[in-house]
Amino acid sequence: MNDPVRRLSAVILIMFLALMTAASWIQVVSASSLNADGRNVRTLYREYGNFRGPFIIDGERIAYSAPVADPYNYLRSYSDGDLYAAATGYYSIVFGRSGLEQTENQLLNGTADSLFWSRLGDLFAGREQEGASVELTIRSAIQRVARDALGDQRGAVIALDPRTGAVLAMVTSPTFDPAALATHNTSDANDAYSALLSDASGPLVNRTINGDTYPPGSTFKLVVAAAALDAGYTPDTQIYAPRELKLPQSTRTLRNYGGSACSPTDSMTLANALRISCNTAFASLGMSLGWGVVERKALEFGWRDEFQIPLIVTPSGLPSDIDDARTAQSSIGQYDVRATPLQMAMVSAAIANGGTLMTPYLVRNARAADLRVISESTPTAYGIPLTTAQAADLTEMMIGVVNAGSGVAARIPGVSVAGKTGTAETGRDEPPHAWFTGFAPADNPVVAVAVIVENGGNLGSEATGGRVAAPIARQVMEAAIALDKAER
Amino acid sequence: MATVTTIDVRRGRTAEVPLLAIAVAITISARGLVDFNTDALDWASLAAYGGVTIAVVVAFHVALRRWAPHADPVLFACVVTLNGIGLAMIHRIDVAYALRGRETSFASAQAGWTLVGMALAVATIILVRDYRILRRFTYTAGIVGLVGLLLPLLPGIGREVNGARIWIGVFGRSLQPGEFAKIAFVIFFAGYLVSNRDTLALAGPRVLGMRFPRTRDMGPLAIVWVAALLVQIYERDLGTSLLLFGMFVAMLYVATQRVSWVVLGVGLFLVGAVLAGSVFGHVASRYTAWLHALDFSVYASGQSEQLVRGLFGMASGGLFGTGLGNGRPDLVPYAESDFVFASLGEELGLAGVLAILTLYIVIIERAMRAAIGVRDGFGKLLAAGLGFTIALQTFIVIGGTTRVIPLTGLTTPFLAYGGSSMIANWIVVGLLLRISHQARMPEREAAT
Repeated sequence: MNDPVRRLSAVILIMFLALMTAASWIQVVSASSLNADGRNVRTLYREYGNFRGPFIIDGERIAYSAPVADPYNYLRSYSDGDLYAAATGYYSIVFGRSGLEQTENQLLNGTADSLFWSRLGDLFAGREQEGASVELTIRSAIQRVARDALGDQRGAVIALDPRTGAVLAMVTSPTFDPAALATHNTSDANDAYSALLSDASGPLVNRTINGDTYPPGSTFKLVVAAAALDAGYTPDTQIYAPRELKLPQSTRTLRNYGGSACSPTDSMTLANALRISCNTAFASLGMSLGWGVVERKALEFGWRDEFQIPLIVTPSGLPSDIDDARTAQSSIGQYDVRATPLQMAMVSAAIANGGTLMTPYLVRNARAADLRVISESTPTAYGIPLTTAQAADLTEMMIGVVNAGSGVAARIPGVSVAGKTGTAETGRDEPPHAWFTGFAPADNPVVAVAVIVENGGNLGSEATGGRVAAPIARQVMEAAIALDKAER
Repeated sequence: MATVTTIDVRRGRTAEVPLLAIAVAITISARGLVDFNTDALDWASLAAYGGVTIAVVVAFHVALRRWAPHADPVLFACVVTLNGIGLAMIHRIDVAYALRGRETSFASAQAGWTLVGMALAVATIILVRDYRILRRFTYTAGIVGLVGLLLPLLPGIGREVNGARIWIGVFGRSLQPGEFAKIAFVIFFAGYLVSNRDTLALAGPRVLGMRFPRTRDMGPLAIVWVAALLVQIYERDLGTSLLLFGMFVAMLYVATQRVSWVVLGVGLFLVGAVLAGSVFGHVASRYTAWLHALDFSVYASGQSEQLVRGLFGMASGGLFGTGLGNGRPDLVPYAESDFVFASLGEELGLAGVLAILTLYIVIIERAMRAAIGVRDGFGKLLAAGLGFTIALQTFIVIGGTTRVIPLTGLTTPFLAYGGSSMIANWIVVGLLLRISHQARMPEREAAT
């Protein structure tokens, strides 16, 4: 019976060879496709189970991984989640990532190339791999003031340091609490998410940089004025400012806000036209300059460009089918001209910074777990849309707006403030959007700001940029100046 | 003098010592690694664990010196290694479950079963002074096996767990009598076949160049086939059914040396499998889950979810594994029992899995070696049958987890959590050690 026993042994060997082959197939050959399978929660758990670096604002952690006793090991937690949600976004096991949680993911979870040496060190020391901490440029004092000033009105506030491009405040309203989406209770997260999605006011939209973008209204007159200065105009150049401007190739006329006349003589200086925000003056100015000149200036300020700050900024739009009538309307920031609040803040920032536009950014630096700085943002110039002289002229004109024009509500005692209001028709049967953009102190700017209050906010159809948006901008600029003084 | 004072190298007891040292080292360091990697390293408890391990292994070794000095020197050490790796893995899964708020004590229970199993293995070695006496209990064993197989069907004590009715409740504990029945059946088959092999080997009609047995001799095969089918139908236990039938066919082949029996057996098995697949939904769904495991509809319906989760686990282990304690084996259902192999694949990688499979091969081939070594037909059949039982059971479970064959519910010998399996397989080891002792004993000593 020994022969059949030997043959049986051979059969058993073949059986085990089959097992070995199968194991090799699973663990080596098809391993990568199995690991990449969407149903493989391991991939998810591996990512979500790692210690994720925190977001830092003013030295405080505003988003961090808190250890918890569940399969994910860490729960993404947010302090003042709704205050910073516009910047941080959310980090959800169900819905993935958004905002900086998405754009800075590789730094936060430790897989960024710049963290290679740090990972290697962790490996050898047997330490758990830790992601980098990411410090934001936002200043909590300014952010809070901006949030409180905007209140529960729909709109957005963004503040930049005109000298660097650093984003000092980024407020969008309504907003959300990322903690509600980060919860590991998937049914709670689902409920919270569907509630946010079904909310018509769009709490998940970061209105400062995304969304549908807004008609900039009269704030766009800054761009037209800049184009005029380029074309040889001076603040004192007289421009045509009729009570009613007949639009070419059209039966329609363009009137001023409230239908009033800008000047008894149907003519006024550029500076005065900007000060009282005269529509007919800028419409005719735009037509005299030609749309191409205005458009070129707008492009220099950043229109149509997709910024990554590193959040992706929706490009601000310009009309593509233009004629004289549309030029007139576009020159007062209507028709197809669109802008994000960030774009309008960049216009002010360029003027404030002597004509040099700094690229906006939201991340100050990233540090490895051992606090070593692994990446640091250096301010870079986006372009020079204005000469120093033009910037000085525009500044003077904007001071006029705040001191004795449509933007008096932005005045700060003892500080000279430069600004421009806007009241933008939405094209729908609803109250206009209230805008303000400006900077302060005008002689030595530390902050440039843009504010939009959708549909006039609490004032509704009674609202103008000067009445609704300018006071918010004032509070934000005051906070920035106070912070700057305190730190000087 | 009965005491061992001189060391006979050929006995292999001294050769066993370094192997046991390695086995013990693997057992203790595996446990230590789990604790270290899960930040739960407690030197005192590890020392206690190591102390007990060493004490038990030394005691077993001494018992072998006393009662089976010629026993195979490799077998015991290989089994200790597998058992040690299994204990570490089960402990690791306890830790993982605890992290998820599920308190389990699989590892301590399994350690207890191991001790009971080893004690019963020694008892087997002592009580069965000569394996040939087992032949006297051929038909008793047959009845015991049958009763064991049918017990779970008895109302009152039978328990159904996860759809399979293979458990009985005794004294508040659950028991899988099938695990013990398989030993009884090996003894029965060996005794029956050694007496009847001449008849069964008689040549019948010649078909396709192969001599088939006479129709009138096909009775026993038919009976076992029907029994296996009944187990599949009433206990919904594909694994035991396949094990039982495979065991019989293999032993029938060894006894008669006729390939025609194997052809008949495999043919009958395929008929049964197709029949079951077309008649019973649960069998058909196993086939679907096996063939189309990764299909989204099959996965979503839950048919292949467990299998695929096991595949994900093994894939994440890759070549070298995550390391003990660093993976997420708890993401696979029944990670400590049915899918312990996937857990091992994840944390020890392909390297570890191949090593484990090699250990099984060594254990099984040592059993075959013993079968060749003994001089009587009953012993050959017994040793080959026991060895093949371990081989087939391992193949059925691991083959199920690795998609070589459809998934069935059996325990991975020595690795998976489960008291019945642990005890039964240690008794198998006891029997194999006894048989190998007699196989390796020189003639003159055997005569005394």
